[in-house]
Amino acid sequence: MALQSLDIKQRSATTTSPPGVRAEATVELAKLIDTTKCIGCKACQTACMEWNDLRDEVGDCNGTYDNPRDLTAESWTVMRFAEYENPKGDLEWLIRKDGCMHCADPGCLKACPSPGAIVQYANGIVDFHEEHCIGCGYCIAGCPFDVPRISKKDNKAYKCTLCSDRVAVGLEPACVKTCPTGAITFGTKQQMQHDAAERVVDLKSRGFENAGLYDPAGVGGTHVMYVLHHADQPGLYNGLPERPHVSAMVRLWKGAAKPLALGGLLVAALAGWLNYVRVGPKEADADDERAAERAKERTDG
Amino acid sequence: MADRIPAPDLLPRHATRERLLHWLVAVAFVFAAASGLALFHPALFFLTNLLGGGPWSALLHPFVGLAMALAFGLFALPLWELNRLTAGDRIWLDRLRDVVDNRDERLPEAGKYNAGQKVLYIATVACVALLLLSGLLLWRRYFSGFFAVGVVRFAAVVHALAAFVLVFATIVHVAAAVWVKGSIRAMTLGTVTLGWAYKHHRAWFREMTRPSSGR
Repeated sequence: MALQSLDIKQRSATTTSPPGVRAEATVELAKLIDTTKCIGCKACQTACMEWNDLRDEVGDCNGTYDNPRDLTAESWTVMRFAEYENPKGDLEWLIRKDGCMHCADPGCLKACPSPGAIVQYANGIVDFHEEHCIGCGYCIAGCPFDVPRISKKDNKAYKCTLCSDRVAVGLEPACVKTCPTGAITFGTKQQMQHDAAERVVDLKSRGFENAGLYDPAGVGGTHVMYVLHHADQPGLYNGLPERPHVSAMVRLWKGAAKPLALGGLLVAALAGWLNYVRVGPKEADADDERAAERAKERTDG
Repeated sequence: MADRIPAPDLLPRHATRERLLHWLVAVAFVFAAASGLALFHPALFFLTNLLGGGPWSALLHPFVGLAMALAFGLFALPLWELNRLTAGDRIWLDRLRDVVDNRDERLPEAGKYNAGQKVLYIATVACVALLLLSGLLLWRRYFSGFFAVGVVRFAAVVHALAAFVLVFATIVHVAAAVWVKGSIRAMTLGTVTLGWAYKHHRAWFREMTRPSSGR
């Protein structure tokens, strides 16, 4: 890659090592979304549209503030609003900015069959290179967070890039830049974990005893993390998975099955040919033809 | 579809309808298997070139697969009864070693299809059915969205497994066609020699040369 900031760590459907001479030149970066500071203004959604030149169709209202209703190929981030009645009987409005989590162990990349269509940079960003995308939708089956979407226009998969183009030149993602309450911050993963830990202490002192950081270990940690008031119940935030992981089915399908099946087919083809060479053809010889004639004459006669 | 009357030293083996369907299945299989294997293992991604590149492969694979399943269904279902395993077939299968070593005289007499062909038939029918069902679930453009992601993931594993067995079975099928000389003409010209039938399918030979067989 021309830019050191875009050094590649993993590449889809590639069995050889990525370029690895520059050791640990880049630190891992992360976006921290503090749901406890979010007011649901959707400025991040607008900034995402603006920077990435995305104009989704104007949808309709389903009785919630979710607008658009879901992630699409042209809406890479969506605020999801949940009304939660806590045990004290008070209403809590839990708002989560949904989008790609940029997993350290990305299920989309594992599932992708097209070489280089999905890459993971050394800084942790998981990026789709649509020019290599073949539109099969395997990334959707691989993702533990239901994030990628295939466009009806061009049949390519799209999702949040974590503004890899901005980050590559030292800028923060557009949503971070625009957030008016400071609910979204960006920096090294270590710094973000540190900031989150301070915020969690603060939240606990204010009565949110289960406040915590969402950085799920099942996917090796993520490069988009949440501070949650109720980290013990991530499902409250519109079904944020409690223990996300790359499915065992996907691991089997895109793991052990590949060399075993390919090896099995090669062995079968080779064994078939070598046995033919060893024992020769099964062939009716002149004796068989004569015997067949005689047998036929007997029945005809 | 007029079937030619074979010469007296030949026996009709596959009718014209059967042969045409067989080759339609074969062509569809080559394209479906190539594009499928290409998406299964990166080492075979180059096979996408057969259908004009990655996007074309992903787009065409399900349609080609559907065509194959349809042609295969028309081809294979009428052969169901002929491919029921019998007691003699079990002996044949117990003596696989003799089959491999060309000691055919030690094998029980085969009817129109021998036990190996029947097993292949049953495996192929099962695999094509599984591929059709799981393939519909995996067809992102039209169907996957209607199913839970867990179902789609399971379908991916089933699809890969059934495809593996089908490609394996086809390798055996092609190897056998090369191995048993005089077989390929059965599926191209439709006829086999008397000696071929006598040696490889004696029970069928008797049936075909009985005066009451209508020939």
